[in-house]
Amino acid sequence: MLEQQRDYVLRTVEERGIRLVRLWFTDVLGNLKSFAISPAELENALSDGMSFDGSSIDGYGRVQESDVLALPDPNTFEVLPWVDSKSAEARVFCDIAQLDGSPFEGDPRQVLKRNLKAAQSRGFAFYIAPDIEYFYFAPGSTGAAPVPLDQGGFFDLTTTDITSSLRKETIRTLETMSIPVEYSFHEDSPSQHEIDLRHTDALTMADSVMTFRFVVKEIAAMRNVHATFMPKPMEGVQGSGMHLHLSLFKGDTNAFHSSEDPYNLSPVAKSFIAGILRHAAEITAVTNQTVNSYKRLVPGYEAPVHVSWARNNRSGLIRVPVPKRGSELATRIELRSPDPACNPYLAFSVILAAGLRGVDEGYELPLEADANLFEMGDAALAKLGVDQLPQSLNDALRVMESSPLVAEALGEHIFEWFLRNKRAEWRRYKTHVSQFELDSYLRSL
Amino acid sequence: MTVGLLAVFPENPSVDMARTLDLSGYSWKGVGGADALRRLSPATGWAGAIVGCDEDPESGWAICRALRRLEQPVQRILVLVTGAQIGDLEVRDDMFDDFCLSPFHPRELEARLRHLFFHELKAVDSAVIEHAGLRLNLETYQATFDNHPLDLTYMEYELLKCLVREPGRVFSRETLLAEVWGYEYFGGARTVDVHVRRLRAKLGEEHAHLIETVRSVGYRFGSSKWSG
Repeated sequence: MLEQQRDYVLRTVEERGIRLVRLWFTDVLGNLKSFAISPAELENALSDGMSFDGSSIDGYGRVQESDVLALPDPNTFEVLPWVDSKSAEARVFCDIAQLDGSPFEGDPRQVLKRNLKAAQSRGFAFYIAPDIEYFYFAPGSTGAAPVPLDQGGFFDLTTTDITSSLRKETIRTLETMSIPVEYSFHEDSPSQHEIDLRHTDALTMADSVMTFRFVVKEIAAMRNVHATFMPKPMEGVQGSGMHLHLSLFKGDTNAFHSSEDPYNLSPVAKSFIAGILRHAAEITAVTNQTVNSYKRLVPGYEAPVHVSWARNNRSGLIRVPVPKRGSELATRIELRSPDPACNPYLAFSVILAAGLRGVDEGYELPLEADANLFEMGDAALAKLGVDQLPQSLNDALRVMESSPLVAEALGEHIFEWFLRNKRAEWRRYKTHVSQFELDSYLRSL
Repeated sequence: MTVGLLAVFPENPSVDMARTLDLSGYSWKGVGGADALRRLSPATGWAGAIVGCDEDPESGWAICRALRRLEQPVQRILVLVTGAQIGDLEVRDDMFDDFCLSPFHPRELEARLRHLFFHELKAVDSAVIEHAGLRLNLETYQATFDNHPLDLTYMEYELLKCLVREPGRVFSRETLLAEVWGYEYFGGARTVDVHVRRLRAKLGEEHAHLIETVRSVGYRFGSSKWSG
């Protein structure tokens, strides 16, 4: 089949007059990286890969030898719909390999593939549907306070609003790039929007999230608007999350569904939830990887603060949505902590590893926390046995550091590089004197 | 699919028969007798016939005889007989090409027809398939809709090709999975749903209905008079 896929790609490049093929891959921090090749080089790239110097890519560099191979995955080949047809361009996602062809341990896509294979060996396919939030702001210089483009609220019909037409055009572009959209709407905060993607297998979804972030920013930039996935760009309003709807399938059966359970949750689903809850603190540095991420995870803004689950409680870490009646394929769980600034390959990897650990070891599901946890005091929460998520990047890194589960899921290379890089980020932040401090202390002390 | 018009006797076949033929994507016309057979014959002749000998054997066999004696004799005839009529077949080997026991099982009838028309079904006249504004060039792998290029991934293209080759036929998810992804594919038939959703999104809102979901069966390209 690989042979036919290559033929398909080469022939399409010829027929559609593609001038440039962009090879896409992702660094450890989740930034999209790309280099372009001419159609003449493509045949060779498809069969042997393209070698390049990985030392300039965040998280790729190694001491001895820095050359790596980009191997295009022909099934991800797509013509870029926003480029003028006279200079047509296409993109293809790549796996990064060592020169001898073995998977490169610094490549997040290879890490996710390895984790998915572990699920596959237990008979499970991992499906994900993300709800992605982001803001549109007026263009401004780095460091300047963001300026929202509208004051619309949740579900507001702001028909004349430029951001609505931007969102519409973005969705059209996503759909021509094999990324179907389930819902989209104006979110709570000024200029904040949400686009919910339709579920697909985790690898395709990680690719889709990368494409999504690129398309949202690209379409906005064409209209001189700045789109951002920063988790908490404005104080006092809701931040941007990336809620993930998760399910495991065994063949055509939803392994999370049981019609005998009052919540329709199978034993697999329950121990998967228990796995995520027990290892939640360990994986948070990966699902929420910036200093700013922890300014979103505060009470009062529909973001989770506590490690708990419930059927209909948006203050918990995991929500179990009630599926439409009789629709057992729709049984799923919703993880509410990740934010859209994460590296989707690594985030999906650690979430899956935590859930599967629960399944493997038959973790018991803790009691449901259906009260509004935001309103409860620490003592009451402790009584319920409900922990808090890490309160800062520093807290999260300290828990991650001693987690064999995360080390195994990410592999030593990425695990160590990530901790080193993020500790440096925390140190830079810690030595920064903020406006808050100047306002509070300069005059009074 | 390149199978032409089929003659079906009796003129008003059972609901099961009509449903099976429609779900499999055959075009057919009910004929009441030998006269009608000549009167209603398409210019290129009948592509085949399904003759019920189970209820009215005398008229049924008369139709078979007439089919073989037409100016363009019909080469592919399937007869329906009851278990008690099996003996009748022995002396009439020249009058039919295959048979199915009545009452028939829809899956069996579908399989027998598929086998009977194997060569017509597999033969593709040209490298281009066209249907309802959609055009697939099998040599260049290019798809267009109303002459606008439709950019597809390899798997989307293969799935669309499979559906469009036999417009009107209902494919089960399992069949599509086996034909497009191959048996060793891990993801399960849910993959088919995911790709159908992607194809519909690419066809656009106005044309998304061309790939129709047939409840608890699967998918079909192009509409049929039988709404499942």
